[in-house]
Formats: sequence, C-alpha cells, structure tokens
Amino acid sequence: MSAITTQAAPRRAPNYRLRHIGTEAAALLLAVVLLIWTLAPLYNMLMVALEPHSDVFTSNLWPAHPSLDSFWIVVTEGYWYLEYFWHQYANSLYIGFWTVFLTLLIGSMVSYSIGRMRIKHGWLLTNAALMTYLVPASFLAIPFYRIMQGYGLGNNVWSIIAVEVTFATPYAIFIFQQYGRGIPLELDEAARIDGASPIQVYFRIYLPLMAPALVAVGTYALLLAWNEYLYQFLLLSSKRSMTVPVALAQFINSDESPWNYMMATAIVYSVPPVVIYYLFRGRMTAGLTMGGVKG
Amino acid sequence: MASVSAVEVGRSAAGRRRSFLRSWRAGLQGSEYAWAIAFCIPYVGVFLAFVVYPVLYGLWLGHNPALYVELVHDPIYQETIVNTIIYLVVGVNVKMFFALLLSGFFMRKGWWVKGLLMIYVLPWAVPALPTFISIHWMLNTQWGLVNNVIWELFHVDGPGWLDTSRWLALGSVIVTYIWKNMPFWTVILLAGRMAIPHELYEAAEVDGATGIRRFLHVSFPLLANLYLVCTLLSTIFTLGDFNTAYFISGGGPALSTHVLATLGIRDAFEIARPELGVAAVLSALPLMIPLVILLMHKLRTSEVQL
Repeated sequence: MSAITTQAAPRRAPNYRLRHIGTEAAALLLAVVLLIWTLAPLYNMLMVALEPHSDVFTSNLWPAHPSLDSFWIVVTEGYWYLEYFWHQYANSLYIGFWTVFLTLLIGSMVSYSIGRMRIKHGWLLTNAALMTYLVPASFLAIPFYRIMQGYGLGNNVWSIIAVEVTFATPYAIFIFQQYGRGIPLELDEAARIDGASPIQVYFRIYLPLMAPALVAVGTYALLLAWNEYLYQFLLLSSKRSMTVPVALAQFINSDESPWNYMMATAIVYSVPPVVIYYLFRGRMTAGLTMGGVKG
Repeated sequence: MASVSAVEVGRSAAGRRRSFLRSWRAGLQGSEYAWAIAFCIPYVGVFLAFVVYPVLYGLWLGHNPALYVELVHDPIYQETIVNTIIYLVVGVNVKMFFALLLSGFFMRKGWWVKGLLMIYVLPWAVPALPTFISIHWMLNTQWGLVNNVIWELFHVDGPGWLDTSRWLALGSVIVTYIWKNMPFWTVILLAGRMAIPHELYEAAEVDGATGIRRFLHVSFPLLANLYLVCTLLSTIFTLGDFNTAYFISGGGPALSTHVLATLGIRDAFEIARPELGVAAVLSALPLMIPLVILLMHKLRTSEVQL
C-alpha cells in the first residue's frame, strides 16, 4: 500500500504539469477559433470597403488594391444613393439624442414617484413597464404604422422617437428602481424637513445620486435607437427624413449593389456606438446585470 | 414619513377617514400627492398612446376568425411556423449553451483572456444592420467570402447558401443569430458566475470537487435560475426578431424561410393585407402569454434583473 503511494507521488507532479500545458493549449486553440468566428464578418466589412468597385466581384480573400476611396466617396456624398448621407446621419443622431433625453426624463420621473415618493398603486405602473418590456416591438409594428398615420406623424422622425422611447422606458424604470433601492430614503426626508419641495428633491438629490444608472440607461437607449431598423424602415419614406440604416438597406437585394460604398457607410455608421460602448462598458454591464444572481 | 402616519392614526370617525385617505395616498399630503401624480403622467401618457392603443387596435384588426382559417391553410404560413419553432428551439438553446460554457472560459485569469473578451463582445456592440449586410454578402454564392475560403482550402465550389435550399438558408439565419447574440448572454452569465462567492469553490475543492464535478455541483445549481430566466427572456426576444431573418435570407428562397415576425410584415406591407399580418403575429399569443406570465413572476420574485 505504502509502496504504491510512494510510487504514485513522484509521477503525479509531471502529470499535473502536462495536464496544465494541455488545458492551456486547448484554451489558446479555443481563443483562436473565437477570434476567427467573431471577426470574420467584421473583416469582410472592412475588406469590401477597402476594395475598388471592380474588385468586389472577385474571389479575393484580401483587398488586392486597398484604398480609402470608398470612405472618401461616403463622406463627400459622391455617389447618387449617398446624396443625403450627412442629412441622414444627422437624423440618426437627432433620434438618438431625443430618445436618450426623453427616456431618462420620463423613466426617472416615474421611478421617482414610485420608488421615492411611494405613490400608492405604483406597482401597477411597474407591472405595466415589465409587460411592455416583454412584448416584442416588431409585433406592434403594423398597428403602430396605422396609428402614426392617424397622429399625423407619418414620415416624421418624431414617430421614431416615440417608438424608441416607448420601448426604452420600461428598461429605464427597472434599472432606476433597482438602483434607487440602494439610496437611503432618509436623504429625501431630511431635505423635505429642511423645506425642499418634491421637485427640488428630484433635481438636487435624486438625479445626482442616480448618475451611474442614468449613464447605463442612456447608453442602452442610444444603442437601441441606433440599432433599430424595422420602424425606421416602415415609418420614414422620403430620402430627407430617412436614417442611415434605411438608406443602407435599400440596395441589399439589387444586382448593382455598390457593396464597397455600402460597407464603408456601414463602418462610418458603426463607429459611434462602438466607441460609446467601450467608453461606458463597465457601467452598462453593471446595469445589465444589476442584482445578478440573488438567492 | 411612515412614522408620522403611524402616530396620527386616530380612533374617531374623522381620524379613521383621514387614515383611509392617508393609506390610499400612502402618507402623501395635498401638494405632494399632486406632484407624485404629475411625475407619473408622462409615462402613463406614453404607455396609453403607444402601448395600450396599438395593442387594442392590433387585437381589433385581427379579430376575424376567418383570417386564422386562411392562415392555417396557407402553405407559407405552415412553413413559417416550422421555421419559427426551429429558430427558437435550436437558435436560443445552442446560443445559451455555448454562452454558458464560454462564460466559464472567460472566468480564466490572464491579460489575454480579458483582451479576448473585449473583442468577443464586438458583435453585440456593432449595430446589427451593418453586420447583417456584411454577412449577407459573405454568403453570396459567387463572390462571398465564405465560398472563396472554401475554394482556397478545398478547391470545391461552396453551396448557394441563401438561394438554393431552405435548410441552408435557415441554418445561415440561425448561425448569424448566434453570432450576434451569444456575446450578450455570455456577459450576463459571466456576471452571474462572478457573483458566486469564491469560498464556495474553495470549500468544494477541499471536498474534492474539481473540474466538471465542480461545475455540476457548485456553479450550475447556483446559475440554474439565471440560466432559465435568460433562456425564457431570450425566447421572447427571439420570437420578435425581425432583422436577422429579414437581412440574411429575406425569407427566401421561395418564401420558405420566413419567421412569424417577418411574415407579419410581409403580409401587411408587401401584399397589403394588414389584417392578415396582424393575425399571423397574434397566432404567437398561445406561446407568448404563458412566457410573459412566467417571466413576470420570475423577474419579480427572484430579483434577476436584465
């Protein structure tokens, strides 16, 4: 018995090291596979954008004559389908800005009323928000289209802002309520005793203390508006009211598609959200996983 | 505020009446109560105008039973239902399963794992539409990157991914869906894993549980609830996913790869029958209602927040 253990003991160490090297190698292999998997579509985007039009329809795996011409064409609106590019970009920014602003305003106001002022039956509103969060936006597109015509908002960017705010506020209400629980109610009470009105408490105490949650939700709302396609496609029809994704998608099924310009447009359009995402990554992940796993 | 109202509870009729009013207003007085209401009005307005009204209008548009009879006899609709079920069952579960495994991988220490994670979340950070258009072009039979690579490696012509076979096209949609959404759920599950106290693993190690046994007996039981909630949530989100199918296969070849979300839009806007489109979407209600009820219960009670 003791002979076996003494025999086994020295063998165990190199075995363990071998296994360690094995798992490291497996991890590296997995990392390489993951990299290829993740980057292939993005590489394709960049590759096509760097090719002149004649090279798009070849079987190259990398651009034979790389150039930045496509990007230049895009930023100077030098192609017929890009003639309103900056106008459309401004539309996207405008929608993004108002979506963020209104989502934060409406979401924080109702959360303040439910969570801090403890309005009775506030749970009804919380449930309404929860249910909205669970209804797929695309399922409401058809009635929404009709209703927007009825409101006189057809072909108007404000119809898009209304949609994005509608589908972003439920998430905002969640996060604000969850985050607000960590802020002691005594702070509000102390301010009230000192004679502050509810609206002063809201601006001077509630909003400053909620800043991290506001950043998380603001980023979420901006990315939501930037990512959304269906409603923008249905509700915006003229070239001047369109947003970049709608203009971009017009040519996907035509044989003459200017793929290099489309990919350059796609990259220019993708840069802001990626930058914002990486800037606020920590905040956003914390917001998305707030509460994490409890119990 | 709560302590004040407790003191003021009187025994007289007036006191009782006041305390009833109090409890209804939850201790808010006159102008405060008005403020509390005023702060709710914008959201209530948005909810009524852009959620309740469209939902009721949609239900009214799709109220005619004849529409559902027509749908059931429509071969495109039948295929769509099969596609939607495959999309949900395969897409969601494969994605969640790999996200669970990869979240374990990203728990590893080391700078390159952190760096890899930063790159790995790119599909989620980049807007959906540009990447879908890129993938659509990658899958082009003649000039797409995928078939070019197949040619370079094996010197055979790759298949026509999007325009020859229903199953290849549907498979492409599902793979794209996984590519786009897996990073998000990996990050969620990773946060779930990080919330597990380290002492539990140490205790498990003392008891001899390592590797797969540690996962089965420590990590998974603690993650199971989160995993379930994520899967259910993801199912609902996927049911409403329009972009992936629309931009990858566009419902083709020969309308064989539509899912409910894209079929509804096609019926309403391409063949100009909004009632039929609404009916197609509403036919998902038998799946949606139980999911919503279950999730509302889960999200409220278990404090899993997404």
